[in-house]
Amino acid sequence: MITKLQTYLKDQIEEFGAGLLEAVDGMGKITQFGGRIMFWMFKRPFRFHLFFEQLYFIGNKSMTIIFLAGLFTGMVFCTQTYFGFKLINVDSLVGSIVAISLAKELAPVLTGLIVAGRAGSAMAAQIGSMKVTEQIDALEVMGINSVQYLAVPRVIASTIALPMLSIVFLFIGNLGAYLIGTTTLMIDDAMFFSKLSEFMAVEDIAQGVIKATVFGFVIALIGTYFGFQVEKGAVGVGRGTNLAVIWGMVSVLVLDYFLTTFLVKIL
Amino acid sequence: MLTFENPAISVKGVTKIYGEQTILNDLSFDVERNKITTILGFSGAGKSTLLKHILGITQPTKGTVEVLGQDLTKLDKVGLREFRKNFGMLFQYAALFDSFTAAENVGFPLSEFTKLKPAEINEKVKDLLISVGIKEESFNRLPSELSGGMRKRVGLARALALSPHIMLYDEPTTGLDPITTKMVNNLIVDTAKNHKDREMTSVIISHDVKATMEISDYVAFLDRGKIIEYLPVEEFRNSDKELVQEFLRL
Repeated sequence: MITKLQTYLKDQIEEFGAGLLEAVDGMGKITQFGGRIMFWMFKRPFRFHLFFEQLYFIGNKSMTIIFLAGLFTGMVFCTQTYFGFKLINVDSLVGSIVAISLAKELAPVLTGLIVAGRAGSAMAAQIGSMKVTEQIDALEVMGINSVQYLAVPRVIASTIALPMLSIVFLFIGNLGAYLIGTTTLMIDDAMFFSKLSEFMAVEDIAQGVIKATVFGFVIALIGTYFGFQVEKGAVGVGRGTNLAVIWGMVSVLVLDYFLTTFLVKIL
Repeated sequence: MLTFENPAISVKGVTKIYGEQTILNDLSFDVERNKITTILGFSGAGKSTLLKHILGITQPTKGTVEVLGQDLTKLDKVGLREFRKNFGMLFQYAALFDSFTAAENVGFPLSEFTKLKPAEINEKVKDLLISVGIKEESFNRLPSELSGGMRKRVGLARALALSPHIMLYDEPTTGLDPITTKMVNNLIVDTAKNHKDREMTSVIISHDVKATMEISDYVAFLDRGKIIEYLPVEEFRNSDKELVQEFLRL
């Protein structure tokens, strides 16, 4: 019995250790890949049409889902906050609390998670399927740097699109909170705005924008990295896409903590 | 073993080791200019690895690869990319960009590497596609809307767009029906003939014996990372190597 338990524990620890080593190795490789992207980002030729295509795909095409997520997040958060604050008679602060939470946390993080799920997976799938059908080899044989052609426009577009989407999320979230607060929860209109302008600062928005910019870079970096790693046909494409989403989402959440601790000190 | 005075490609003592596996084993051979040379061999013999060495995509563990007099092992990544403009390649499954139409696929290298105006590119694309037998109504079709044979033709037109000096074919007839196979073979021969005046050397990686015998000038047989036979096509049929004869009988 004890031997079995020992063996089980040993296996579990080994498995955990192997997973940890794999994760560290993966992070190292992604960082290296990021270095290559940064290097090629500033080299000619600059393919602006590819950048705008990606900006349209990541930005415009994500707008509907960002709109819906922002609206309902604002409405739900306003409702929850209202009932909590009402117990201690500070319901007049609902508007400002919702706005600050959205600006600093909810807008960049939820936008990051949505884009990681939508665009990060698409990047891995597109590049991965190009890899297994030799389209990337075709680019290289023509003398075109595949990283510069495929990864660089996606990374730049995502880095620019994400803060924009986050601001849209923030605006729509506040709109949702305002609508539900003033029509259903009967918070005073003037009070809602006066407290909002009293407590909300530009630094709060700046914090969210900086976070979203970093998330945008990392999500595209991870999406394109796993696309280039794809092997073994359709199964490989599925695996790469899956990993891109998992790593993208986890990175957003982990980075959020570190960015928060850093940004609260400097802003 | 055949040697040539001024070969288009010269592989000298190339060994490639992946982990503990030796894929190419002290391999040496020359490819004569302006001729069609086919490399035959069983699956896993090292044909694709050899092709990657000729393209400079893979660097040898030992040895050198010279193409048009340039030692590829001495070029850095940027130099290699620049040098690859001398190559055209027809991939096994054509490797067309699936979000581009047939015409866009062919026009892609022209818009990337030449200063031609869009109207001039369109004109050249049209000429190239017609030269490989693609009708105008198919110009704006996506690869998914083209048959296997048509995809190969478009792939060939794209490979020829920059008038390469070395044309590589990776299993060009794999998975094609006999009629399309014949069409692709004719296309390879015609391409080599039509471009002879400004120098074009063709290298084919294949395991299609019948097609090889029909279109090649020289045939090499690769086995376990080594060229074990390399002869003009008419002599290759009568090779005294048992493995070659076995392969020819398949």
